Amino acid sequence: MDLKLLDAEPTLEEREAVDAAIGAPTSAWDGGERGTHRDAHTALGGASVRNRRHELVPALQSLQARVGWISEGGLGYVCERLGVPPADAWGVATFYALLATTPRPRRVLHVCSDIACARKAHGVELALEASVGPPISGAPSGDSIILGDDEAAWMHSPCLGMCDMAPAALLTVAGETPVERLCGNITPDRASGLLARRRVRSTSADILYVEQRLATTTPYATVPDSSASAPIPQLGDPSLVLLKRVGVVDPTSLESYRAAGGFEALQRALEMGAEAVVAEVSASKLVGRGGAAFPTGRKWEAVRTQPAQPHYLVCNADESEPGTFKDRLLMTHDPFAIVESMTIASFAAGCSRAYLYVRAEYPLAYERIANAIARCRDAGVFPSGFDIELRRGAGAYICGEETALFESIEGKRGEPRSKPPFPVNSGLFGKPTVVNNVETLANVIPILLMGGTEYAKIGTAGSTGTRLFCLSGAVRKPGVYEVPCGTSLRSLLELAEVREMSALLLGGAAGNFLRPDEIDVELSMEGARAANATLGSGVVLAFDEQTDLHHVVRRIAGFFRDESCGQCVPCRVGTVRQEESLHRLAHGRPIGGVAGELALLEEVGVAMRDASICGLGQTAYAAVESAIKRLRLYEGMA
Amino acid sequence: MDPRRTSSAQWADVWLGLRVGSDIALSNAMAREIIHAGLAHEAFIGNSTTGFEEYKASVEMYTLEYAEPITGIPADVIREAAHAFATAERAMVCWTLGITEHHNAVDNVLSLINLCLLTGHVGRWGSGCNPLRGQNNVQGGGDMGAIPNKLAGFQDIEQDPAARERFEKVWNTKIQPTYGKNLTQMLHAMHQGEMTSLFVIGENPAQSDADAHHVVKALTGLDHLVVQEIFLTKTAELAHVVLPSTASWCESDGTVTNSERRVQRCRKAMEPPEGARDELWILSELARRMGYDWKTPTAEEVWDEVRVVAPDFAGGMSYKRLEELGGIQWPCPDESHPGTQFLHSRLWETPVGGRPAPFSVVVNEPPTEERTPEFPFLLTTGRRLESYNTGVQSGGYDSPLHFGEALDISPEDALRLGIAEGDIVRITSRRGSVLAPAHIDRALRENLVFMTLHFPDEVKTNVLTIDVSDPKSGTAEFKACAVRVERASVGAMNAELV
Amino acid sequence: MTSAIAPLVQLGRPDRTPKKMVSLTIDGHGLEVPEGTTILGACASLDIEIPTLCYLETLRPVNVCRLCVVEVEGARVLAPACSRLVEPDMTVHTASPRVRHSRKLVLELLASSVDLSTTAGMTELLESYDCRPERYGPPAPPAANRDAAIPGHHAAPDPAFAATVAQPVKIDNELYVRDYTKCVLCYKCVEACGPDHQNTFAIAVAGRGFDARISTELAVPLPDSACVYCGNCIAVCPTGALMAKDEHDLRAAGSWDPSSQQVTDTICPYCGVGCTLTLHVQDGDIVKATSPLENSITLGNLCVKGRFGWRFVQNRSAPRA
Repeated sequence: MDLKLLDAEPTLEEREAVDAAIGAPTSAWDGGERGTHRDAHTALGGASVRNRRHELVPALQSLQARVGWISEGGLGYVCERLGVPPADAWGVATFYALLATTPRPRRVLHVCSDIACARKAHGVELALEASVGPPISGAPSGDSIILGDDEAAWMHSPCLGMCDMAPAALLTVAGETPVERLCGNITPDRASGLLARRRVRSTSADILYVEQRLATTTPYATVPDSSASAPIPQLGDPSLVLLKRVGVVDPTSLESYRAAGGFEALQRALEMGAEAVVAEVSASKLVGRGGAAFPTGRKWEAVRTQPAQPHYLVCNADESEPGTFKDRLLMTHDPFAIVESMTIASFAAGCSRAYLYVRAEYPLAYERIANAIARCRDAGVFPSGFDIELRRGAGAYICGEETALFESIEGKRGEPRSKPPFPVNSGLFGKPTVVNNVETLANVIPILLMGGTEYAKIGTAGSTGTRLFCLSGAVRKPGVYEVPCGTSLRSLLELAEVREMSALLLGGAAGNFLRPDEIDVELSMEGARAANATLGSGVVLAFDEQTDLHHVVRRIAGFFRDESCGQCVPCRVGTVRQEESLHRLAHGRPIGGVAGELALLEEVGVAMRDASICGLGQTAYAAVESAIKRLRLYEGMA
Repeated sequence: MDPRRTSSAQWADVWLGLRVGSDIALSNAMAREIIHAGLAHEAFIGNSTTGFEEYKASVEMYTLEYAEPITGIPADVIREAAHAFATAERAMVCWTLGITEHHNAVDNVLSLINLCLLTGHVGRWGSGCNPLRGQNNVQGGGDMGAIPNKLAGFQDIEQDPAARERFEKVWNTKIQPTYGKNLTQMLHAMHQGEMTSLFVIGENPAQSDADAHHVVKALTGLDHLVVQEIFLTKTAELAHVVLPSTASWCESDGTVTNSERRVQRCRKAMEPPEGARDELWILSELARRMGYDWKTPTAEEVWDEVRVVAPDFAGGMSYKRLEELGGIQWPCPDESHPGTQFLHSRLWETPVGGRPAPFSVVVNEPPTEERTPEFPFLLTTGRRLESYNTGVQSGGYDSPLHFGEALDISPEDALRLGIAEGDIVRITSRRGSVLAPAHIDRALRENLVFMTLHFPDEVKTNVLTIDVSDPKSGTAEFKACAVRVERASVGAMNAELV
Repeated sequence: MTSAIAPLVQLGRPDRTPKKMVSLTIDGHGLEVPEGTTILGACASLDIEIPTLCYLETLRPVNVCRLCVVEVEGARVLAPACSRLVEPDMTVHTASPRVRHSRKLVLELLASSVDLSTTAGMTELLESYDCRPERYGPPAPPAANRDAAIPGHHAAPDPAFAATVAQPVKIDNELYVRDYTKCVLCYKCVEACGPDHQNTFAIAVAGRGFDARISTELAVPLPDSACVYCGNCIAVCPTGALMAKDEHDLRAAGSWDPSSQQVTDTICPYCGVGCTLTLHVQDGDIVKATSPLENSITLGNLCVKGRFGWRFVQNRSAPRA
């Protein structure tokens, strides 16, 4: 490798940011000062440098958080430190939406323009246009537009996982003490105020506001939750299994968690031994809650018996499916349970190291989980030799796909891999890997405490246990709900006090629209299948009569176009053609009439479903198809 | 292992930045460490080598602590390299001119061969001693006997009467059983007036050889200089007769031999420019004028003759087979032989097939010139990727990588001398002085500077280099000479070029 | 040859050919192939032709173009033949309606967004799948600067046009040009520049989704990048997006004529590696140098001197006597 470095020098600030993330240089050859005799006559390179590749994204994130963008000098310094060729690092930096590679103001407000927020955020956007100017965006021509003063800017954001408090926005302020605030229920006035650095009342009852340092240097963080309302509508319901500690236990206190029965399951697991733990989980018939519904016990067993070492566990907390916010809730309000579950799963599958990959848009969840991991580590909760490493996403829905997530942890572009090989054989760093999402892991504790067979009695024969659903939109009590599998959608909607609705999105952007007359579907895998639907990530997003469903469908198409990694042709071009088709319909300029346009959509959709590499492309037509076929949205159009 | 941290060194797991000309100290220290750590391949040494005890005794003084100040490399790094090499399942040593362009070139090579014998890393897949040939047919030149002591197929001209007889029968003439002169000896003979005529084919010694002033003087003093070339090179300009020839690799047929002893077919792809003649035609025509009618053989006919006079070497390599197999690695004695992938696999037979491989006792000797207060820098010369030798060929295309010649100098020295990137500097050795722009290069350390010979029309680097050469191989010590570096002006450079 | 001094020493190259055979059915034909064979490889043994674009035998398959998809019975989605390994009792269909539909769409999606005019064999392929790329709308005009796209953001589509990757040709050196209007993003150049061959890593895929593009760092011109001009990217480019400048200029002048070119294999005149050079001679002049992919040692790779350094033979004026 001829590591031709960039000419620009890093600033002192950039140096500090990178060093804070990956440590100080060890020699003149990785960014340190020249002049020692040793450096003049020897250097380490090759594999020892390449093995640090996985530190690339954290280093870039540190630059972003400190300076607000990744400059040539900053990028060059990262490359020198980690031995990564600049073109390669550039490919990574330009992949992630929360890394800027052109100058950007330090203060940026990311306003959610996704399906749950779009209509409510409209006023906010108008106010920002008036006070700050147009958003930062990339035209198809690629020309970036940067307007407003140097101080602040705003841009649109995909779903921020705050659908129960729409409209939402994420404020990022780069600097020595970087700030990130995830804000719900924002108003035009507050949005402008956030950007103008006007003081925002932190005790406001209707604003969830989080402020934290990004590069957590102190292990123990005690960020108060400024949201005054109860975190879940079912607070106090004795039938809760997964949510029973939410709002009850102090999420920052290991003692409080222990007092509520915390770590009993881990204790039991260690006593039973790995094989028995897997047997219990298998007996529970737990299946993955991430969408693929693979039996969890079988996955663990497959990794447990792999001769290749080490084994890894990855907790997928990159929850980014539009309309989904359950993992944020669990991580924010019951972080110790996630850490305990990961420890049990790792023990069962023989993983010496676990990674938790949390999306970047959840600063408080990140803080709480970081705190829980540090406290558990310090308190000796982890079996010897085991540890959990916390990683953050950088703004890419695709990294919720398990193999794209591996790539991201490894310091690469989040491009999904072809399967097989499956992660249980060759996953993170090419090693056998268990990957479970947050909700799946949350089930492990009740399974061990009540026994797998007992757990399997909850729910239906085909779908055991309880499930979390994210209700938002036209409901009076939005939030995360826990119900046994098999509960009807109608009763769930009644629980959330649904209002008049014109349609409902079940399962997320990768799910399906349902008509109001279709809500008797049973919320189980078999029930959803029978209704030709999917539970997906548990999204139940209701649209009222005022919602322009055409706009929602176009937004979903635009979302997939934005979030496609671009690897495979069907998805890369298909998502573009799909969105174009919907826009032609909206403009009354369909090619070959409405029928012709719908036929074209179907053709593209089928190819995306059949020939794409990963689930993103395979489901990119699902919601559009259901809008055409179930909602009959385009019938009667000229 | 390279005094500079080149791009290959960046790619390496460990870079050993030895001092120029300390190769033997490094090899011997590695050997001593391997022996003392019990990592020598005793079974192989016992079966297949000779002279181990003497060798062992000779490296005993090369402790890590002894080698560290000589090589500059920290003792722990030498130790690690020794262990890594000895314990590797397979390991090979590859080298180029950094080993051979020294006054003790052959000893340098022997020290590396010793390491391979010591560890059994020879004669099997993924192992061995590999000199990487810098020129496409330097191996083929030797194969065909274009060396002073061998006939085609490496048959010794003095010691192999049977071989001489084979040639005499085919050529119908007497072969003199005496070695010829190598290049260094020829230059010496020219200076002495013993050699008065020279026929140069496709080489540009006026610019490529060390101590260029000295070479040009020798060439201009000749009674008769004939140069057969594709260009009017600086050497050709000095000639009494220039014979314009075809570019052998694309305007005529023939074979070349690459670094791994693979004989490969070159083919005529295009017509030469008007007036340029095929090299075989030129040689045959010369013969005819001297009274011998060779009937202008085809390349294949010449090759078939080689197969007859060097049967053990090339007997099985017909043009047909060369075509079919995409080249054959010699030796290939008959048409059923697949060619020889591992030249020394016989060493793994018990008892050893043929002559056992001898260890050689070699001692470290620093370069002829050392740094002095008057000449405080060591200049080492080399090549750059996009260029080739004196630029006769590579000067013909417009590569964005052609930056012209420069003196590469460390940031520390540049700072001390007040030199900025691109500043013109004067480089002076005991033999001459040149001007060049400076290039500040982090790959260099203090007191070490680097240049190439690619742009002799702008910067005559070989005016600086020293004309001492290895007594056995005749290669000159291009890799080390003492120089002084001073700031100069652009005007001076322009004046010099005019 | 055995070795008594060290019986465990491996003298020759280890034989890694798999011994186990796998039987499967492709388009109704039963066959047995060695374990580790791809579906593409198995198809080849039956002379079933599978179209490919991002696949090349000298590169690790990236399976991104999806042109080679086939139907594996029991699988939810189609499988890329180029990289999917055969499994015991697999039943594969290479020309089912599902397969043909996806291939047709892949071809149409590419043809509607990329200039495929210099992609070898593409005209025939588009015809054989009844492709009508124009049905997605008139192609959008070239974009000024695709290199500056921001991930996760795009402007609303213009209903008058079908988006394309059209953009100005990048001519920033004398050796080769990059016309990314013709780029299908097959990743071959990135692989050849990077870990599969050259290990220079001068280019990578930047951006994402439809805005993904091949780029140097900060999209700097090639002479400012790590590029060493080996041209091994040109050698693997299936569409002519990467092209030696000579060929590009001759094409622009309308005088590029492959049918009149004489093609001869010889050996590179530079270093001692001995790479085979394939010289393409038109009207007595070398117009291009390539190297055969089939060469088991160099796999079609060359360095800057081999790929471009042949010009000196044409710079000779008629010699003086």
